[in-house]
Amino acid sequence: MSEHAILLTALAILLLPLLSYAVLFFLGKKLPRQGDWLGTGLLGVAWLLSLRIFARFWAVGDPGLRIEGGVRWLDLGRFTADAGILVDGMTAVMLVVVTTVSFLVHLFSIGYMHGDRRYERFFAFLGFFTFSMLGIVLSNSLLFLYVFWELVGLASYLLIGFFFHKPSAAAANKKAFLTNRVGDFGFFLGILIFFTAYGTFNYFELFAAAHLDPLSGGLLTLAGVGLFMGCVGKSAQAPLHIWLPDAMEGPTPVSALIHAATMVAAGVYMVARLLPLFDPNALLVVAYVGAITAFLGATIAVVKTDIKKSLAYSTISQLGYMVMAMGVGVASAGMFHLWTHAFFKALLFLGSGSVIHAVHTQEMPLMGGLRRKMPITFWTFLIATLAISGVPFFSGFYSKDAILAGALAFGMTKTHYVPFLLALIAAGLTAFYMFRMVFLTFMGKPRDEERHHHAHESPWTMTAPLVTLAVLAVVSSGWRGPSEGWFSRFVAPYDMARIVAQAPGAPHADEVHAVPAAAHDEHALPQEPHGEPAHVEATHEAPAHGEAAHGDAHDAHVRHQAHLTAMVLSILVAGLGILVSWLTYVRGRISAPAVLARLPRVHHVLQNMYFFDEFYAATVYRFTLWFSWLNGAFDRLVIDGIVNGMGYLTRVLSWFAGLADRYVVDGLVNGVGAVIQGAGEGFRRVQTGRVQSYLAYACFSVLLLVFVFRAL
Amino acid sequence: MTVGLEHYLTVSALLFGLGLYAVLTRRNAVALLMGVELILNAANLNFVAFARFVDGGVEGHIVAAFVIVLAAAEAAVALAIVLAMFRNFGTVNVDTVNRLKR
Amino acid sequence: MSGDLVFYGFALLTVLSGFFVVASRNVVHAAFSLLFTLFGVAGLYAQLGADFLAVTQTVVYIGGILVLVIFAVMMTRIPRGDAPRRGLDRAVPAAILALLVFALIYMVIVGTRWPERAAGAPEATVAEIGTGLMTTFVFPFEYASLVLLAAMVGAAILIRERAPADDAADADDAAGEGEVRS
Repeated sequence: MSEHAILLTALAILLLPLLSYAVLFFLGKKLPRQGDWLGTGLLGVAWLLSLRIFARFWAVGDPGLRIEGGVRWLDLGRFTADAGILVDGMTAVMLVVVTTVSFLVHLFSIGYMHGDRRYERFFAFLGFFTFSMLGIVLSNSLLFLYVFWELVGLASYLLIGFFFHKPSAAAANKKAFLTNRVGDFGFFLGILIFFTAYGTFNYFELFAAAHLDPLSGGLLTLAGVGLFMGCVGKSAQAPLHIWLPDAMEGPTPVSALIHAATMVAAGVYMVARLLPLFDPNALLVVAYVGAITAFLGATIAVVKTDIKKSLAYSTISQLGYMVMAMGVGVASAGMFHLWTHAFFKALLFLGSGSVIHAVHTQEMPLMGGLRRKMPITFWTFLIATLAISGVPFFSGFYSKDAILAGALAFGMTKTHYVPFLLALIAAGLTAFYMFRMVFLTFMGKPRDEERHHHAHESPWTMTAPLVTLAVLAVVSSGWRGPSEGWFSRFVAPYDMARIVAQAPGAPHADEVHAVPAAAHDEHALPQEPHGEPAHVEATHEAPAHGEAAHGDAHDAHVRHQAHLTAMVLSILVAGLGILVSWLTYVRGRISAPAVLARLPRVHHVLQNMYFFDEFYAATVYRFTLWFSWLNGAFDRLVIDGIVNGMGYLTRVLSWFAGLADRYVVDGLVNGVGAVIQGAGEGFRRVQTGRVQSYLAYACFSVLLLVFVFRAL
Repeated sequence: MTVGLEHYLTVSALLFGLGLYAVLTRRNAVALLMGVELILNAANLNFVAFARFVDGGVEGHIVAAFVIVLAAAEAAVALAIVLAMFRNFGTVNVDTVNRLKR
Repeated sequence: MSGDLVFYGFALLTVLSGFFVVASRNVVHAAFSLLFTLFGVAGLYAQLGADFLAVTQTVVYIGGILVLVIFAVMMTRIPRGDAPRRGLDRAVPAAILALLVFALIYMVIVGTRWPERAAGAPEATVAEIGTGLMTTFVFPFEYASLVLLAAMVGAAILIRERAPADDAADADDAAGEGEVRS
């Protein structure tokens, strides 16, 4: 596969879902089966093409290899913008994530959405979303990243509000859209700062420029935080996470695709992709926001009884992990978690969808004992739970472990231990609430016999994706951490020296190499902790990686220590969480209501999601309303006064003008009219239609002219 | 006084005036065409007279020949129209023929 | 001078017969008067040394056009013989106008100093005209032939008897348009 072929393949992957969208949107109703096979089939093709690219990059095994191509999109003199595609290892991974989950969700929706009135529209929107998401992944410039970023937001809006006749769904999509606006505002600001400073949108040109000539005076931090705000909004980080739980009003496949596996991961991808643009201060903000989000989400998920809401907070928490990974300098671990999480979280959502489809409720207290009725759903759900809880040999363990290790190492070197502690607690809580979910839903006795009686296993179009995802939830890690396993073939910290050398207008390559391989690069990632010491280091610490080279044996030692400690701790807390959950919900040794009764305040706070919504209601909303009222009053009193005064004045003047109009202008106009009419009466006689009369007039006129001009 | 340019031009002018009068007054389409022929002849006479007394060449003659040719064409078409008119309207009176169709 | 006498003879013939063309109430008479007018003009051409034109005038005008006119006159004769009465309301202004135009032209004729040259003895012009038509005037010549062809075809189409089928089609058209045929 040549570079050209790879670019074309990527373009095809991008456009196939768009084709699906266009066809289904306009012709969906007319196609047999309302075209669900078309959308699913096109996605299947895109998925196969993605695997092709994935295999190609696997074979190359160079995370720094990137293939770019594009066309000049806008040329406005000094301002130019290119539309381009970027394919590298990270892109290949994201392509597989997006197309796999999207394809499986398409398949799942055939069963889940069966009989819906806007069945074909649903598939059209799924196609549209997939297109936008692939656009984010494939774009090579901030400008188009932003464009697709907004398109993804639109798709999310449309799909959350798919059941728009439900007022709660209508409110939820509005909330999602507006909340994202807040984040996107900062995102756009960040983009503009970088564009103003460096005059380009292209990622790698920006990286090179920012590397050689960093912004000063805190502007870099500001821009980084701005970019991160986009991530906060899109990836539902505190304090803008409030939209994600409400977004569960959308159909469950949508929750799986958009609000668990792909779109919400866009923020994480964006930070990972643009990591060289974040300075250490901005990264510190990122780390803290991520850790706090992970903690908040996990704690709220514990008390939620709605299975989808609980999963939503779980998603928020896991996204917090990923974002924290970016902040603490283990971006590839974050991307790795994104990769594994996409599969098991999509599985969890689709499994919950299968359950909801069977029992027609989302309340876990009304479920129970579904294990026998829905064996496939149960086993796949259990596998996903094991994966997210961080049980060894399941994919989530390796990725989460790498993040925790990175956080610990970050704490040890920078003495910021808070992120690690929060993340560790969240890890234990994750195990607890996930098993609580499994126990409440599938184990024990049915708490609602009626619903239980009607429950049944879902059709194959729904269980097939579950099984596929379950397999992926086990094997997707390759049983290795991100930096030593297969994942390092795709994602590794940016090699700044190489980027600078490749950038157009860069100093001569020799000079770049003269700089000791990016050792002093502030923006490159700190070295990642490794599971296995020296020999792995030797393999992957090639100078091309451009990181490391602090060379300190001490640091490596610290990381190694951190990794071991983190692994032990995470297994411990996960086991503890599972144990407590088991004791509480299976054995009944611990009474949940009693515990909650002992901690009324904590329960109150958690039950109300830390009062974020109330806080916004009391501050932002109220301020907005008050400010709007103030504006309204100003508008009414001052602006309207001026406008009305002007209006009155105009009326008075108009009255005079009217007089003049009636007597002077109208007089003139009527006079002219009368003259013309009279003349017409006269000339009408001349217009006889007889050639001879005309000839006479012509002769007469000639004579007249001669007489007048006396030409002779 | 010997016969010169002015004499011929005067004859021509007389013919022209007569032709003009015919065109102005005749109601019969054929008679009207005769007036046109008179005017054309007047013009031709001028061409030839000027060729003889001023120019000296034969260009005037050639132009006059063209006029004769065009007059022939005009007569053919015009008379065909008159015939068609007569067939359709039953008259050749140009005053009563003021419609394009029966 | 005999030449002058000939001129006056032809001029008189031309103008008088022209007057009859205009004044005669009978179209047939007018047509025959026109014959004399055209003949007179041909004579004047001959006087002017335009031998070719004189012949052409005789052949084309008198032999062709005039015959055509006479045919037309006879074919359009209305059995009732309603030679249209010429009202004075039209004749008098027309006469005044024509007189004025003549007066104007005459004033131009006498009021202008013509750059006359001494007229030599008339020569045969046919060869020169032939050369001119084939060289300088070859394009107008060809165009004239085209015009003639077009006129011939046009005239033929205009006066052709309608085929019965055409009439039927026309009747259908008219019926379709709901038009009342007069």
